[in-house]
Amino acid sequence: MLVAEALGISVGNAAILRDVEARLMPGRVTAIVGPNGAGKSTLLSCLAGLRAPDQGRVLLDGASLQDIAVRLRAKRIGYLPQDAPLHWNIAVRALVALGRFPYDDATSPDGRAAIDRAMADLALTDLADRLAGTLSGGERARAMLARVLAGAPDWILADEPLAALDIAHRHALMIELRAIAARGVGVAIVAHDLALAARFADDAILFDRGALVAAGPVGDVLTPAMLEPVFDVAFAYAQMGDARVLISDLR
Amino acid sequence: MSRSAKLGLLALGVILALLLALITGKVWVPLWGMTQGDPRGIIMMELRLPRALLALTVGAGLGLSGAALQGYTRNPLADPAILGISALAALGAVTAIFLGLAGATGIVALFAMIGSALAVLLLGLLAGRSASAVAFVLAGTVLSSLAGALTALLIALSPNPFATSEIISWLMGALTDRGWLDVRIAAPLVLAGSALLLTQARALDALTLGEAVARSLGVDLRRLQLLLAVALALIVGGSVAVTGIVGFVGLIVPHMLRPIFGAEPSRLLIPSALGGALLVLIADSLVRLVPGAGELRLGVAMALIGAPFFFALLVRYRRELA
Repeated sequence: MLVAEALGISVGNAAILRDVEARLMPGRVTAIVGPNGAGKSTLLSCLAGLRAPDQGRVLLDGASLQDIAVRLRAKRIGYLPQDAPLHWNIAVRALVALGRFPYDDATSPDGRAAIDRAMADLALTDLADRLAGTLSGGERARAMLARVLAGAPDWILADEPLAALDIAHRHALMIELRAIAARGVGVAIVAHDLALAARFADDAILFDRGALVAAGPVGDVLTPAMLEPVFDVAFAYAQMGDARVLISDLR
Repeated sequence: MSRSAKLGLLALGVILALLLALITGKVWVPLWGMTQGDPRGIIMMELRLPRALLALTVGAGLGLSGAALQGYTRNPLADPAILGISALAALGAVTAIFLGLAGATGIVALFAMIGSALAVLLLGLLAGRSASAVAFVLAGTVLSSLAGALTALLIALSPNPFATSEIISWLMGALTDRGWLDVRIAAPLVLAGSALLLTQARALDALTLGEAVARSLGVDLRRLQLLLAVALALIVGGSVAVTGIVGFVGLIVPHMLRPIFGAEPSRLLIPSALGGALLVLIADSLVRLVPGAGELRLGVAMALIGAPFFFALLVRYRRELA
């Protein structure tokens, strides 16, 4: 389990996170939602161990993240930031191979197999030799996710992986994340698209101005009653085929 | 063509350029001039061979540092000279000469190394976390100007006019009249620095996706910066101490090789070392062929080639930098 306990972060006098509790479970997709400035990305980077909290702590299977060796943390937690830059136009395979950095085995048989598997999972095998700078937005998002996957982490923390994608690619990526979670990986994503979060995530953490509003199964958290005061927008569920879809309108 | 075949070709080019450097000069000496008893052997063994080996060492070191700096700063305009590292190394060396310490072997190199290590750490402070090309080039400009001004001050304060002219001539960067002693100073420093630098190759790759991803992959950025500072201090300090400032090698070489070896920083390091050696060997052979009583300075020649190249790069990246 990846657990945030009484997490607090301040910058100057402004509190970005106040007394936040979060609990990520293996094998489940957790959506971290909230309005802009709620502190979602800050929470994610704390959970990833990239930012030390001012108060509270993050526990990975009971051990404080700050006490875990950096290399070991990197093996266990894969982090996908929002719009990661691509400073050099390297081949897709080289990009995915960066995921093996914590193991330093990108050229050994084990490492190569992991890289091949991650590329096959995300349908990138045919693009292996393409330069990553020439990929479309959807292909690039897949390549970035494959990079995380190549490290075979127990946890995948992704900050707005859906942001740059069209609706079809958003669905495809959420289905991919579900498939990854089905293998036992704990997945957490920061998501602005509440409908997708409600449709595809198992759990949700709802935030407002640095404080936790609700956390738990999406059915309990992403309800009109919970969401409306936070976003000041009207929400409802509509039936579409077999699926219940979260829709929204002006309040 | 496979990577090893490309590397082999580059290495072959370096060997040919080394042989060319041995026979080229105001007096052409054929390779068999090296045989025992040939009076020209002394030109080869005592003048041209150490000079060629220095060109090889310094060129390889500068090419490698350029590739590493470009990877580290994620900035295609990085180069030890452009970022002010060479200028601070030169300031260190001039300080040693000014203090009258130049007589002791290795002291100039030590001061040059302190200068270049300081430069890398200052660059990190000045450019901060932004890692933008503009921030680094501006920080480098600040360092270069400051180092240049302080060097000029030391020259002005220098009590001995002979030392003054010696400093100025040395600053321009040259391999003229260098001997085995210089090889013995520079080669171990450049080699040690290069070995250290190569251990950080994969960390440079990880920076391709930005600092957040690099940290999440387990790269310790502070340690990386410190190791790079030490490695660059050894390479640039060791080079500048014996040749003065030779600019643009580290800028040009990685650029020429990126389309051939790919843009991954780790895969550019060794090719850039070979390419740098090739470039400096050829350039130093050519400067000896320029007619006239004296010799064109290598640093001047590299600037004549490099400045237009830098300009062309600026034009190419203009849109991204704006």
